[in-house]
Amino acid sequence: MSETVTLKIDGREVTVPKGTTILDAAAQIGIEIPVICYHPHLTANGLCRICSVDAGFRTQLAACVTACADGMDIQTRSEDVVRGRRTILEMLNSTITLDEAPEILELVEEYDADTGRFAEGKRRESPVYDDNPFYIRDYNQCINCWRCVQVCADDAQFTYALSFDGRGFETRIGTFQGYGMTDTTCVFCGQCVGACPTGALKPKRQALLEQGIDPDEIFYQTRRGRKKRSEEAGG
Amino acid sequence: MIDTTASIDLSQLEPVLTKYNGRRREALLPLLHEAQAIYGWLPGAVQEAIGKTLRVPLADIHGVVEFYSMFYSEPTARRVIRVCEDPACSLANAQGVMAAIEAKLGIHHGETSADGLVTLEHVPCLGMCELAPVALDGERPFGHLTPNTIDDFLNGTHPEAAAQPYGEPMWTLARVGKVDPGSLDDYQTHGGYQALAKAVAMGPDALIELADKSGILGRGGAMFPLGRKWFFTRGAAGKPSQKHIVVNADESEPGTFKDRCLLEEDPFAVVEATTVAALAVGAENGWIFVRGEYPRAVSRLREAVRQARDAGYLGRNILGQEGFNFDIEVRVGAGAYICGEETALFEAIEGKRGFPRIKPPFPTTHGLFGQPTSINNVETLVAVLSVLTQGLEAWQAIGTAKSPGSKLFCLSGHVAKPGVYEIPFGKTIRELIEMAGGVPGGKAIQAVLMGGAAGAFVKPDELDMPLTYEDARSRNIPLGSGVVMVFDETADLRQTLYELSRFFAHESCGKCFPCQLGSQRQMEIWDRIAHNGGAKATDKQVLLDVGFTMTETSLCGLGQTAASAVLTALQRWPELAE
Ligand SMILES: Cc1cc2nc3c(=O)[nH]c(=O)nc-3n(C[C@H](O)[C@H](O)[C@H](O)COP(=O)(O)O)c2cc1C
Ligand code: SF4
Ligand code: SF4
Ligand code: FES
Ligand code: FES
Repeated sequence: MSETVTLKIDGREVTVPKGTTILDAAAQIGIEIPVICYHPHLTANGLCRICSVDAGFRTQLAACVTACADGMDIQTRSEDVVRGRRTILEMLNSTITLDEAPEILELVEEYDADTGRFAEGKRRESPVYDDNPFYIRDYNQCINCWRCVQVCADDAQFTYALSFDGRGFETRIGTFQGYGMTDTTCVFCGQCVGACPTGALKPKRQALLEQGIDPDEIFYQTRRGRKKRSEEAGG
Repeated sequence: MIDTTASIDLSQLEPVLTKYNGRRREALLPLLHEAQAIYGWLPGAVQEAIGKTLRVPLADIHGVVEFYSMFYSEPTARRVIRVCEDPACSLANAQGVMAAIEAKLGIHHGETSADGLVTLEHVPCLGMCELAPVALDGERPFGHLTPNTIDDFLNGTHPEAAAQPYGEPMWTLARVGKVDPGSLDDYQTHGGYQALAKAVAMGPDALIELADKSGILGRGGAMFPLGRKWFFTRGAAGKPSQKHIVVNADESEPGTFKDRCLLEEDPFAVVEATTVAALAVGAENGWIFVRGEYPRAVSRLREAVRQARDAGYLGRNILGQEGFNFDIEVRVGAGAYICGEETALFEAIEGKRGFPRIKPPFPTTHGLFGQPTSINNVETLVAVLSVLTQGLEAWQAIGTAKSPGSKLFCLSGHVAKPGVYEIPFGKTIRELIEMAGGVPGGKAIQAVLMGGAAGAFVKPDELDMPLTYEDARSRNIPLGSGVVMVFDETADLRQTLYELSRFFAHESCGKCFPCQLGSQRQMEIWDRIAHNGGAKATDKQVLLDVGFTMTETSLCGLGQTAASAVLTALQRWPELAE
């Protein structure tokens, strides 16, 4: 029999197997804690901190990466918790474009985040990279959730085409020497595009359709690219 | 201009690659350092060759080179001049010095001279604040610069300054300034290696008990009891060959320079103390991780390790003790304050970006390479030597009941005699400042920054606080790494708050959102307040919200303290943001 722990979440008692995260324990009793970077099939790194909850400790706890402990008394929506979430959303919104991230926009709405609060703040700008026939990279929409890097590496593909440029606020997803994707180890499996929670990574077809380009032309462009690449590989 | 198109001669790299053949990713930082010493920077072809040798994906090498400030992926001169512009140096006219160097060389921050011979940068605190304002010219440290002495500095004739002991240097600093840091013989003449002999005679259990009774709390800032850390690491599952002692000599907290004093002036003590720790814990692997901006400390430590190994103080069956095997590797950082955070430091040794890990699990069970590790600050370990040689009673006779013994403090800013002061716990902040000759020119104190950039500001009426752990806790004023930075009535605290905020924005690793974004926003607001139009009515609330959010929700200690100076200043002087 596996060990269990008992704790309180928003005043309700719950008993879960040892090692269960606060996020999962809350979900079991129907309490939804917001998440942004968390994805159930990927390694959780506790990046966005939007899932922070209050257990009366020195700092709040990130629910997606913190295991429940006996006797915890957790508030998932106290004034302090809401204050932190709102501020994170305000800062994120002032840094990148969230237009194609509907789930985050819903949180902005729900937490009443002031979208003009950091209007004078620097934005994390980036060129749009259209360097391969399969997907477009627009890091003006990138939240640095690492999902693309993780699926490209140990979480799925073991291809290691993606890493980071810079650090701190200036952290961006990058490739070796800034190479275009066709010059990296990328195998165009598309897993990163599937994992991206924003409009930062987008299938080229979709991007071209959004630009109102004729489907025949799209077929031609993306086909030609594929052919060119296989010729290169063969030569 | 450096010719960026010239092809890179990889044959120069061959001997280095051969040396590292068979090694893996953990050798990445040392190999990048060696390659950069050859080329002055890290051209793509060099990174590719390194990737092949160590079998590290190229994207990952790129990520590592991008992370550390002292690795360059763009053409850079072999000679880099780094001028500190952080608070202590700023108070001593670092900006004037930087401007004079810029004028003389005709280049600005981040630029390389037309002849390709020198690159100029302004950098975060260089850990030499007692010599403010300071700069590194390549590997040579210079202090007390003025705009008028720039020529001497640039042609290398300005005197290099050495660390000196102040206060009552009878315990941790006992040998500093007296012993020849390059000689094991002289170290032994000054009582060196007597502590290890006593430790061996006691055995690990008694040694851990002694550490417990000494009351030594981690001197790196987190105040964790040393004896408990050793005990947990000793008890963790694993053979001695799978356990590590890591000495944290990253010392990059602005205002902190005490460990440099020990590393440069008493390096054998650091080596001996690390060996004592290895005995306590039962670890065979030792690492001393020194920040890249301490080249003098690195060379002296490496020499000390070599001499100790030659004399049998490192290696197999140390002091004739069957099975007491231990050796030390000196590792060098590359410009990242975050690598002082213990788990980020492990990542750096493992050859990765210095991203802190989520805790738990803790280092005592899952540290370096996922193995049990005791990571200790330099001063923490060296303090144990005097407990061993002078005895527990002597140690407990000084300080207070709850904070026995002595502690190092780093006095800087507006004091007559800045430097590293060793004092017994219990003296007040005011007494310490008086020991340092008080404020020059008879000026009044406006503020004191306690504990470092991650610490707290106090007002003149708070200076009667005794310097003990119990008083620090009860008043919520961290002793941190022992920083006491004094600001007289003429100092512009808004400028200081901008500099502290700039430090955190520059040093945030970028892993978690609140710190990555909040440190930037905090800096922008202080930049405007200090330089560009002053405060807006909304600023204070915004600073409080950003500060609250970083403190409460950040992943690691950097973000959790990145607003500490700002928030404590706003409590005391709300008008600064008005
Ligand atoms: C951002 C950050 C930087 C740190 N820098 C240092 C450092 O330079 N030296 C140090 O000893 N501890 C530093 N620490 C504390 C270490 O994480 C760790 O607590 C310490 O090395 C443990 O040694 P101690 O118990 O002897 O203090 C830092 C912590 C943080 C969060
Ligand atoms: S590109 Fe998408 S998946 Fe990758 S870090 Fe940015 S937002 Fe996340
Ligand atoms: S708090 Fe700052 S330094 Fe620490 S993990 Fe988050 S971004 Fe990195
Ligand atoms: S969802 Fe938990 S940190 Fe992002
Ligand atoms: S060396 Fe300049 S502030 Fe520390």
